Amino acid sequence: MQVDLRILRFDPERDAAPHWESYQVDAEPMDRVLNLLHAVKADQDGTLTFRRSCAHGICGSDAMLINGRNRLACKIRVDQLGRKITVAPLTGLPVVKDLVVDMDGFLSKYRSVMPFLIADTPPPERERRQSPVDRARYDDTTKCILCAACTTACPSFWAQPAYVGPAAIVNAHRFIFDSRDDAGDERLEILADKDGVWRCRTIFNCVDACPRGINITRAILEVSRAVVERTV
Amino acid sequence: MRIDHDALVVGAGGAGLWAALELARAGVSTGVLTKLYPTRSHTGAAQGGVCAALGNQEEDHWEWHMFDTVKGGDYLVDQDAAEVLAHEAIETVIELEHMGLPFNRTPDGRIDQRRFGGHTRNFGEAPVKRACFAADRTGHMILQTLYQNCIKAGVRFYDEYHVVDLLFEGGEGGDGGRAAGVVAYRIADGELHTFGAKAVLLATGGNGRMFSITSNAYSLTGDGMALAYRHGIPLEDMEFYQFHPTGIYGIGILLSEAARGEGGTLLNSEGERFMSRYAPKAMELAPRDMVSRAIYLEIRDGRGIGPKKDYVYLDVRHLGRAVIEEKLPDITEFARVYLGVEPLTEPVPIQPTAHYAMGGIPTDLRTRVVRDETNTPVEGLFAAGEAACVSVHGANRLGTNSLVDLLVFGRRAGREMTAYCRAAEAPAIAAAAEEPVRAELEALRTRPEGESPSALKAELATLMMDNVGVFRTAPMMAAAVSGVAAIRERYARVRVRDSGRVFNTDLLEARELGYLIDCAEAMATAAISRTESRGAHSRDDYPERDDVNFLTHSLAYRGEGGPSLRYKPVTITRFEPKPRVY
Repeated sequence: MQVDLRILRFDPERDAAPHWESYQVDAEPMDRVLNLLHAVKADQDGTLTFRRSCAHGICGSDAMLINGRNRLACKIRVDQLGRKITVAPLTGLPVVKDLVVDMDGFLSKYRSVMPFLIADTPPPERERRQSPVDRARYDDTTKCILCAACTTACPSFWAQPAYVGPAAIVNAHRFIFDSRDDAGDERLEILADKDGVWRCRTIFNCVDACPRGINITRAILEVSRAVVERTV
Repeated sequence: MRIDHDALVVGAGGAGLWAALELARAGVSTGVLTKLYPTRSHTGAAQGGVCAALGNQEEDHWEWHMFDTVKGGDYLVDQDAAEVLAHEAIETVIELEHMGLPFNRTPDGRIDQRRFGGHTRNFGEAPVKRACFAADRTGHMILQTLYQNCIKAGVRFYDEYHVVDLLFEGGEGGDGGRAAGVVAYRIADGELHTFGAKAVLLATGGNGRMFSITSNAYSLTGDGMALAYRHGIPLEDMEFYQFHPTGIYGIGILLSEAARGEGGTLLNSEGERFMSRYAPKAMELAPRDMVSRAIYLEIRDGRGIGPKKDYVYLDVRHLGRAVIEEKLPDITEFARVYLGVEPLTEPVPIQPTAHYAMGGIPTDLRTRVVRDETNTPVEGLFAAGEAACVSVHGANRLGTNSLVDLLVFGRRAGREMTAYCRAAEAPAIAAAAEEPVRAELEALRTRPEGESPSALKAELATLMMDNVGVFRTAPMMAAAVSGVAAIRERYARVRVRDSGRVFNTDLLEARELGYLIDCAEAMATAAISRTESRGAHSRDDYPERDDVNFLTHSLAYRGEGGPSLRYKPVTITRFEPKPRVY
């Protein structure tokens, strides 16, 4: 089948502003958008620029705005999208070139929530014990691949770029609810800030955007509840 | 621009991150350079588990793990290295747990373990539960955990810096020179940066993108191997390349061996569990080279499935929803997304997929790069992970041992480099050290006409897949040797279409194609010269293992008219070579 692929292009060395370009691409229904981007780059325009690596939804390189929703280009198929497909960079992060955005601000928010295990007690000789129930408590939020699809789909983030955003909260959740961790209070302190969890308006765009199927809004609500219980 | 550290780590997968963590904790000034962001590294794609003889589920001993590794590698494994691997796997996995890795748990809260191909109790008696796992996203958890701990330790990252050359002092790396730093291309703006350091670690991963059907990320283009090779350092055992039995049909995305570890079966067009004819005891849990060969033979003999009769089935239906959703969630989703197949109710079409380089940059047990058959170290240069060949995988790697390798030897590299940096003086870097690679890149970027590198890359991948794959014949390998030489010739004239400086992936992909050609050349030449069948190297004209002539590691050195080969003996300590039966 023939797909009409429209891509929002921007080359800072040549263009004053982003502009749409159209490409006709032969595709199979099971092809992913990443296949189409590669086809354009190989056969039509070698300057088309995008990030990609693993090509199966694990590395998080190729999140982009596809037919109006944040998706991984390697995980969304042509048969799920139809013959007209539009692709644009993630919203709310500075565009470097074409579909490549500057991730530094996103990653500094991730780093701000202390996304690492902090245990006060010295490690035992063998593993720390953790029951399957305690392990399940934070399972969902261990799946995050830092693709930024959730944060850049969030209207609260668009309105208030200082908002720490769903991805950072997901990664805080992963440690706050880990029975081995002792720094939950410090993370809750960080997230109790005006640009922390309270910016969430439970719009659920993040849940729709997450390629890993993480129930992000639930994770944010759990963190919000923990913030309240801590301060009451 | 010039930047100095005491240590540089090239590549931010598991091996690089653990090394960086050791260096940072020891207070050594360290820079980590990655052409991606660290969490995009391909360690994150590893699924099934990481083996360590913890004995949490049943009796186990590291000596059994060592034996399995040696036998799995068809006795080409250096046994002193396998001993380090199996022994240190235990403390390494425990340390990862202490760092926060969310392993699945047993009912009493210990790390859960499951079966994996080739891992046995009591020197081959029966499968053992040795693979520690976090669902089927163990690699993701390892990568995240190590990155998290690097943030905690304040590691300095240079994200999206593509290393394009290695620098030496006092001669080439292969000729007595000492490592002095690297040249890196900052992807954001196309600037070259010269990094000086006392110690450099190559942890750049594999080169699977030289094949057309592969589980490997686009970024796996053999950069570190090729750069070492260009500086006179040999590549070891390149003829041994692993084809994983269960790649998604037509695409190559991996469906973990964990599916078979949990009880999944392989079926041919007659609905037969054909492994009973190839490995009656181990069945689907035989080592990967044997299972991939069995699939190849079933298809060759007309028992493949589908319109072209060119795949077989992986069947997990009988495992039930609970096991599939709790222990194999990601690979189940892969089948749904990429094939439109529902594994709960349908068998999944699979074919062998290019997966892992057993060979690579030769190192000793201390992760020091060595340059000849007497293991003379290249001062200041280290390698670990898939980029390296220590050699713990020999002729065929066992499942999970890639993760064990990168963890154990990444950790060793960090400690070794720490000691080295404390004793060594900073080397001198010649003025304008980045000029040779600048000239190469500029020639590529500004060449006015020539053929497309992406089409040439596709040709290389098809050539290698067809001729240096699961089964090899002398004419096929000869076609690969001459084919790669012809591609190298044409590569000198490729034209990059993006002449910009900002985020020029067109240029970098062309550069990466050059690395793949180097690796393919070494692989094809080493393969045709090894006139025996051993592990993953299987040829019709020499179907037997030949311990008299080939119980040796190959070393491929770059040369003008193609690579030249030398050989070094295998280290045997505990286990004399025996026929390999499963």
